[in-house]
Amino acid sequence: MLYFIEQLLNGIQLGMLLFLLAAGLTLIFGIMDLINLAHGSLYMIGAYFAATFAEWTNSFVLGAALAVVATLAVGMALEVIAIRRLYGRDHLDHVLGTFGLLLFFDELVRLIWGPAGLTLSLPSQMLSAVQLLPGLYYPTYRLVIIGVTLAVALALYIVVMRTRLGMLIRAGASNREMVGALGVNIKLLYTLVFGIGAALAGFAGLMQAPILTVQIGMGENILIVAFVVVTIGGIGSIRGAFVAALLVGLVDTIGRAFVPDILHRFVSESAASNLGRSLSSMMIYLLMAIVLIVRPEGLFPAASK
Amino acid sequence: MRIWDGKELPPRVAVNIGLLVVLALVPVYSAFSGDPFVMTLFTRVLILAMAALSLNLIMGFGGMVSFGHAAYLGIGGYAVGILAKEGVGSGFVQWPVAIAASALYALVIGALCLRTRGVYFIMITLAFAQMIYYVAIGLDRYGGDDGLTIYHDSQFGGFIDLSNRTLFYYLCFALLLTSTYLVWRIVNSRFGLVIRGARSNERRMRAIGFPTFRYKLTCFVIAGAMCGLAGALLANHTNYISPAMMHWTRSGDLMVMVVLGGMNAMFGPLIGAMTFLLLEEALSHITDYPNLVIGPLLLAVAIYVNGGIDGLISGVRRG
Repeated sequence: MLYFIEQLLNGIQLGMLLFLLAAGLTLIFGIMDLINLAHGSLYMIGAYFAATFAEWTNSFVLGAALAVVATLAVGMALEVIAIRRLYGRDHLDHVLGTFGLLLFFDELVRLIWGPAGLTLSLPSQMLSAVQLLPGLYYPTYRLVIIGVTLAVALALYIVVMRTRLGMLIRAGASNREMVGALGVNIKLLYTLVFGIGAALAGFAGLMQAPILTVQIGMGENILIVAFVVVTIGGIGSIRGAFVAALLVGLVDTIGRAFVPDILHRFVSESAASNLGRSLSSMMIYLLMAIVLIVRPEGLFPAASK
Repeated sequence: MRIWDGKELPPRVAVNIGLLVVLALVPVYSAFSGDPFVMTLFTRVLILAMAALSLNLIMGFGGMVSFGHAAYLGIGGYAVGILAKEGVGSGFVQWPVAIAASALYALVIGALCLRTRGVYFIMITLAFAQMIYYVAIGLDRYGGDDGLTIYHDSQFGGFIDLSNRTLFYYLCFALLLTSTYLVWRIVNSRFGLVIRGARSNERRMRAIGFPTFRYKLTCFVIAGAMCGLAGALLANHTNYISPAMMHWTRSGDLMVMVVLGGMNAMFGPLIGAMTFLLLEEALSHITDYPNLVIGPLLLAVAIYVNGGIDGLISGVRRG
């Protein structure tokens, strides 16, 4: 039972990180109608920036803050230089162009930081574990991730639903021509939205970095998972992304924790571990396929589409 | 350029004929220069061109943007690899099984995926391909993550010896030409008109009485079967299969080849596959960081070029 609660917390933590990635993707998709395969690259860049800045400043928090700002800047520059020219084009052009960007960023990172990965070490007070229940110790840092990402999600909700900027973003999602016609600088708005998406992705990358290593290609697999989240949630819907991210995080973590054990009752241990690994990796895709077969537009279809 | 009846030869036709002549002469060059690597590289070009061709049938002509096409390459390859490992070496069994397994997979996922539209279709085809990718990782007996070496080429009872690499090259070339002819016939048939009609306006096609779902599904299965055969060829080419051949970036590569070469063009996938692979090869000799060039190039093609390289050659804008 304690093990189950621990895995539940892990699932929530993964889900919250996925939400950071998926929120940016779904914003960019909902407002600019752009499929961005380079989103995972921004996740990777955020982690590399954080590892570098943390080493320079000798502070995890300072490094992380600098990395978020730097990723925001990279995202906005990327939008102005390249992404902007892809708006209004065919989705295939988006795939081709951003796939090119993904290849470019992987190579650029290899050029700058070298092929070996980096590590981002945590400050000592985050290395401990907290006793949540009698007998249940949980790493402090994972709790920090859950807390911080929840705060970011809340902030995002307030920005989108309660501020003038958020109003413009939502208006842009439902009818961009009209927003432009009413005198809003739609180009600047798009650059800003893309930058926010990039910063969220970079933030997710650097939060995940101390748990996994910082390496080239780290954004590629998580990008696909983030797409799964966006699709299950309904493309363009932030609320959908939130629900779907938690769902995917939980299904993935619980699956990985328990499928091999369940299989072990039927087949030998080595077969169970291998088959279990492969089955549990498949579960989120199965979930997505089932959701799309039952609801071809995701759980929370955006009203405008 | 002028030909015998005095009519102007369109640049697209001239380029395509030139391309086929070059491809036919590759083994000759290889034999004279004593450089077998060129032929190996071009064999890969031909096989991946066939895969890209099948993707173009559904994506370019049918408007079904599949982001999981590498799964068929994997299924075709694993059919050959698994049968070889289990002692069934005959190509007369292996290749039909590769085609049938891919077709069956296409039928099942096509029936499910074609219920969705647009980006959702892109994502659900990707999801199924990811599942197949993880299935391959779980196949402990057939190498799991590490993949499986195939020790014997498919045997054709002494008729064709695939270990003769020149012969294998021409077999791939012949199969590519046959597939291209097949796609050309399909696209220009009544069936193909329905598929293309459904791409431009599916609701209207349904309104005039065509059950578009069945047409699209059939087209999807044909493309899957064709790509499965390409997978069987690929397994014989590299004598090695692994889950990596089904990674989602491989599906991305195939899409890039199609769009780069030019959708809706019969030889677009071949031009795209050749450009992509040769560029990759050439750059890897010049620099350690080839993707620093390829990446921005793809971006530039996406932004500035309509209809890929074929569009550049023929000056026709994509509709």
